[in-house]
Amino acid sequence: MTRCLPVARALVLVLRLVQVQVLVSVLTLAALAALPARADDGRRSGLQFMGPALQALQRDDGQNPAMLWVQDGEQLWRTPAGTAGRHCADCHGDAPRSMAGVAARYPAWDAASGGALNLPGRINACRQRHQQAAALPAEHADLLALSAYLGLQSRGQPLAPPDDVRLAPLRQQGEALWQQRLGQLNLACLHCHDQRPGQRLGGAVIPQGHATGYPIYRLEWQGLGSLHRRLRGCVVGVRAEPWGTEAPEWLALEAWLAQRAAGMAVETPAVRP
Amino acid sequence: MADTPAPRVRMLIHGLDGLRRGQPAELRVTLAHPMDNGLRHDGFGNVVPRNIVTRFECRLDGDLVFAADLYSAIAANPYLGFWLRADGPGTLSFEWSGDWGFNHRETRAIVPA
Amino acid sequence: MKPLPMLPRRRLLGAAAGLGLALQLRPAAAMSAAPTLAAVERQWAGGRPVTEGRVLLDVAPLVENGNAVPIRVQVDSPMTAADHVVEIVVFNERNPQRDVVRFTLTPASGVAQVQARIRLATSQQLVALVRMRDGSQWSHHVDVLVTLAACIEP
Repeated sequence: MTRCLPVARALVLVLRLVQVQVLVSVLTLAALAALPARADDGRRSGLQFMGPALQALQRDDGQNPAMLWVQDGEQLWRTPAGTAGRHCADCHGDAPRSMAGVAARYPAWDAASGGALNLPGRINACRQRHQQAAALPAEHADLLALSAYLGLQSRGQPLAPPDDVRLAPLRQQGEALWQQRLGQLNLACLHCHDQRPGQRLGGAVIPQGHATGYPIYRLEWQGLGSLHRRLRGCVVGVRAEPWGTEAPEWLALEAWLAQRAAGMAVETPAVRP
Repeated sequence: MADTPAPRVRMLIHGLDGLRRGQPAELRVTLAHPMDNGLRHDGFGNVVPRNIVTRFECRLDGDLVFAADLYSAIAANPYLGFWLRADGPGTLSFEWSGDWGFNHRETRAIVPA
Repeated sequence: MKPLPMLPRRRLLGAAAGLGLALQLRPAAAMSAAPTLAAVERQWAGGRPVTEGRVLLDVAPLVENGNAVPIRVQVDSPMTAADHVVEIVVFNERNPQRDVVRFTLTPASGVAQVQARIRLATSQQLVALVRMRDGSQWSHHVDVLVTLAACIEP
């Protein structure tokens, strides 16, 4: 029985890989051809792999559902938390002024803990150390809201992973994971995102996989979610057992992805299919 | 799909700044709501019961300007766009209601330029 | 553990095509209980004629993800007290239910244009139906191709 199950699952996914939707492919090629040519390193945001309606959904703050969470974050910024009874603005003042460009520099090294932190980790560290509040669990609405609000303060700025030698081992680990075959499908991230962007997995166009817009409003989730959640979805998608929630592999991948997308514009909060 | 927790901000309203006396302008509203269509199953095979918003009304000084009856085919975090012509200052009300006694109403005083 | 048998490529593609057909037929079978699009259009029309025109249902012809599809409906109407849109209804062909949304407009709307974000289960036809104050009824039918997500997240 255990031998048949992988075959069945593999067949379904092979079906999706070989399924040819000619009209769909033609329309997609036409849409991609209509994009302006760029004389650069060839890196493209996931935004450019979406059709005009979804691009408009991201670009128009009046339509972008993620703005619900951003508004939430703006309120949370001035809501006291923890036994210290302080809110973020007590130390940081107005976020548009003090937090401009900050999200673009994560993951970053945290000397106090002797390790790297992504932005949600940094928010939680602040809560624990300066507000005497409990850390928020992953994908908690408040954590997503604050991440989205702070990410917005870097929107349009280039991703700027710190030039910090202490981050090098983590980035190297992340790059190795990016190239490592995983799961029953035996695919590495690079097989889809480096070697086959613009091609299709089932009906979906494969993007290059640059993490420029997190946390994102993902249509598949019908809600906002973190990069960690998205990576976990991909690992499960290749039928691999995902690493534990606190495993270092996730942050390693995030650190590598930040380096891989260095210089690309922050899009937070992005919309993705 | 409804696993992501809803934010505490219930509604966004865009376009109030664009109101001009006697001239129609577009308003867009977004409500935080999962719009569970009643067809999903949870991890135990039980149907997740329907939980959708079914009605939206925009009133100017109590008079109905625009209304929508929503069904399960409306996407999560429902978004509606409509036009409104206000001839002078007044009070706009935005009210959503739906399954399980859901009701959310906010008002805005407007002074069209 | 014995190695898996190597399936000839043609058989694999044939099986894949068969699976594809089965997957596409499944949604239709689940919806056999719901009325047809034509039936709900007839019911809405109430025996009076519906003319294709005067209304534009604007939706992308190719949809990447059926979970959130932006639509816009605009009607050619002066929106005066004497001549305005009373109701705009959107129906679908192949979702579990035919109803999508029903808009009520008034002269205070000023412009007969509405927007929403809808769910589409699969490729299908949509129709926007409009009733004017003078009782005239108008329609616009649009075909939409919906591609499905590759990986269903648990």
